[in-house]
Amino acid sequence: MKPPESAPRTVIPIAVSKDTSPISPPEGASPVLVSLYEAHQKIYPRSVSGRFARLRWAMVFFTQLLFYGLPWLHWGERQAVLFDLAARRFYIFKLVLYPQDFIYLTGLLVISALSLFLFTAVAGRLWCGYACPQTVYTEIFMWIERKTEGDRIAHMRRDEGPWNWDKLWRKSLKQVLWLAVGLWTGFTFVGYFTPIHVLAGEVAQWSFGSWEIFWVLFYGFATYGNAGYMREQVCMHMCPYARFQSAMFDKDTLIVGYDQARGEPRGSRSRKADPAQLALGACIDCNLCVHVCPTGIDIREGLQYECIGCGACADVCDEVMDKMDYPRGLVKYSTQNAIQNGWSGSEIFRRVLRARVLLYTVILWLIIGIVGFGLLARPPFKVDVERDRKSLARELPGGVIENVFRLQIMNVTESELRVHVQVDGLPGLKVVSDEDLSVAPAQSRWFVLRLQLPPGQATPGSHPIHFEIDGQDDTTVLKEKAVFMVPH
Amino acid sequence: MSDFTSNFWTVYISVITLVGMVACLVLLWVTGKTHVMSSDDSTGHVWDEDLREMNNPLPRWWVWMFVISVVFGFAYLALYPGLGSHAGQLGWTSLGEYRAEVSKAEADEAPLYAKFSAMTPEALSRDPQAKLVGERLFMNNCAQCHGSDARGSKGFPNLSDGDWLYGGSPDKIKETITLGRIGQMPAMAAAVGTPAEAKNVANYVLSLSGSPHDSLRAALGKSKFTVCAACHGADGKGNQALGAPNLSDNTWLHGYGENAIVAMVNHGKVNQMPAQSGLLTQAQIHVLTGYVWGFSNK
Repeated sequence: MKPPESAPRTVIPIAVSKDTSPISPPEGASPVLVSLYEAHQKIYPRSVSGRFARLRWAMVFFTQLLFYGLPWLHWGERQAVLFDLAARRFYIFKLVLYPQDFIYLTGLLVISALSLFLFTAVAGRLWCGYACPQTVYTEIFMWIERKTEGDRIAHMRRDEGPWNWDKLWRKSLKQVLWLAVGLWTGFTFVGYFTPIHVLAGEVAQWSFGSWEIFWVLFYGFATYGNAGYMREQVCMHMCPYARFQSAMFDKDTLIVGYDQARGEPRGSRSRKADPAQLALGACIDCNLCVHVCPTGIDIREGLQYECIGCGACADVCDEVMDKMDYPRGLVKYSTQNAIQNGWSGSEIFRRVLRARVLLYTVILWLIIGIVGFGLLARPPFKVDVERDRKSLARELPGGVIENVFRLQIMNVTESELRVHVQVDGLPGLKVVSDEDLSVAPAQSRWFVLRLQLPPGQATPGSHPIHFEIDGQDDTTVLKEKAVFMVPH
Repeated sequence: MSDFTSNFWTVYISVITLVGMVACLVLLWVTGKTHVMSSDDSTGHVWDEDLREMNNPLPRWWVWMFVISVVFGFAYLALYPGLGSHAGQLGWTSLGEYRAEVSKAEADEAPLYAKFSAMTPEALSRDPQAKLVGERLFMNNCAQCHGSDARGSKGFPNLSDGDWLYGGSPDKIKETITLGRIGQMPAMAAAVGTPAEAKNVANYVLSLSGSPHDSLRAALGKSKFTVCAACHGADGKGNQALGAPNLSDNTWLHGYGENAIVAMVNHGKVNQMPAQSGLLTQAQIHVLTGYVWGFSNK
């Protein structure tokens, strides 16, 4: 579909500019010397209610139930989700992952990145507004702050006012609650790496290891500092996403937008006044959209990198429009094209199916398919065959040639595994082992295997052979290549 | 820092480092201000027709973080080695940390080894935990020569066949591991005589184990075997006190067949098992003794 607007596109030629004079400032401007840094201005976002706020709280509950709850679940004898760094085993429900399975983590990261690209192309910063831990914890911490120190106006007045008993107990209570949430978060986080029941027992007896206490405090402090104090500064000055989102946005990306054509000229008016008579737009200039903004911007100035797409301004403006008896949606989730051209929802929806989105979707599902299939078809054990370090070959009395191999079996199931090994590639080659080839659940073990070749079956030199390792009670047979040496 | 013969490099690197760190602070201070246009709060720079560079000041705590990291740098360089030959106030060394880790590991293992030390090698060879420890010790210290399956190879004895050069009792095994062994077969070419006579002796040696041999040569070689009998015994069954191998079994450490035996008779051989006493603790050797003894005493 052709864009309705057919203005000629300005092309910037990629060439060295002949103009080497300094870039001149606009007419009538005078330069002033200012500092590149400024004291941080604290933002007091007003509380907001509405559909997007409800959606965000739903996401807060969902993500936090998941995060706080997951380590307490059991799977058989063990914790359902546990990353045992010391033993290098990573348990995720039925899965037992080894460091050799790192490729799945790579897959997960690629899937996450592509999902981010896809969601961003379709709906802008949904992640930032609803699911990012920074938003989620800030939401929780701001809720605590409002409960103790009051909403925007009360909080600002109290902060400006003198220290008194009222201010002291409110601030103290807030700190206690913040620290509690922070420490609980740190504790939960460490509970993914140290079994959380063990950790809870250690906390109860006040006897945990120094590294555990360090990480609990570290993550506790990070939560407290980021959600309590840093807040929007994390998004504005630390997170790279705000800076590269412009590469993934286009004019059909869903953003929080202000309908300038409808809203301007803005101005206050009585509820009963007819804006048409006053020559005013729908915006009553109440500034509530600025007051609720967690990053302190004015959405009416258009899309800005600070905007995390949380929709707080849309919620509060809808409320105001309802009070004024104007139609909702002066500030809304829409696309740049839709706002400019006054498109309907179905028009926006049609634009979702554009090349960029389809490409992201196809690649994303392809990789999900590959990683998913890889996980489903994962054999119940891994195998490594190595020639013994010592001797190439030895000749036994009677001329039998013997090569020694070391066989590593990694059992990725949680039941005892017994394997059967055979070799192929040379006539009469057989496996001799004194050991019972069984591996305990989720353990890895090395075995020593001797391969014996009857005399005269092969010329001196190296001969490719392969091992077939059979999981016995399973249908899995893994093949490993190796080389058999016959001495001169 | 004994690697340096003069103080020059210490001064050189210290000056560069410290001046660099101070320069970072100076740079931060000097570049901390910029000109902006009073009209629109932009820097006055315009690109691509309408792309303006706005003045978006960073929060000041960023600067403090930078200052803190510079201060941290100075504190670190004062406390830890980093500035040339300056050893640091804390006296930290990587060697010291390694030793601390080793002594901690030893302290952690001590109860386990104390338990093992109280057991006999025979009992250790049946104890699953001791076997796991023994396996690791063997793989790290013995398998390089004796092979992962302890069956050795040419020149390196098989430890699992029950045939022992110096005796297979736990005490003897422990002695071998602790002190090592030097096996010496002297060159006997002169004592045996002509090359033909050496061949005869070799055939006699082959006959002792019932291996394929030339019986005529063997009969001729029998009389010359008396010079060998001093160590290997009149019946060729060897002498464990000397480490002289039994020639009447079918174990051929240095090669099988007439040629290999002739070479050994003519040139002799010195073969060495290195002493492990300086490398392993007594307790580790005790565990290894049980593990090795277990190969031939299942």
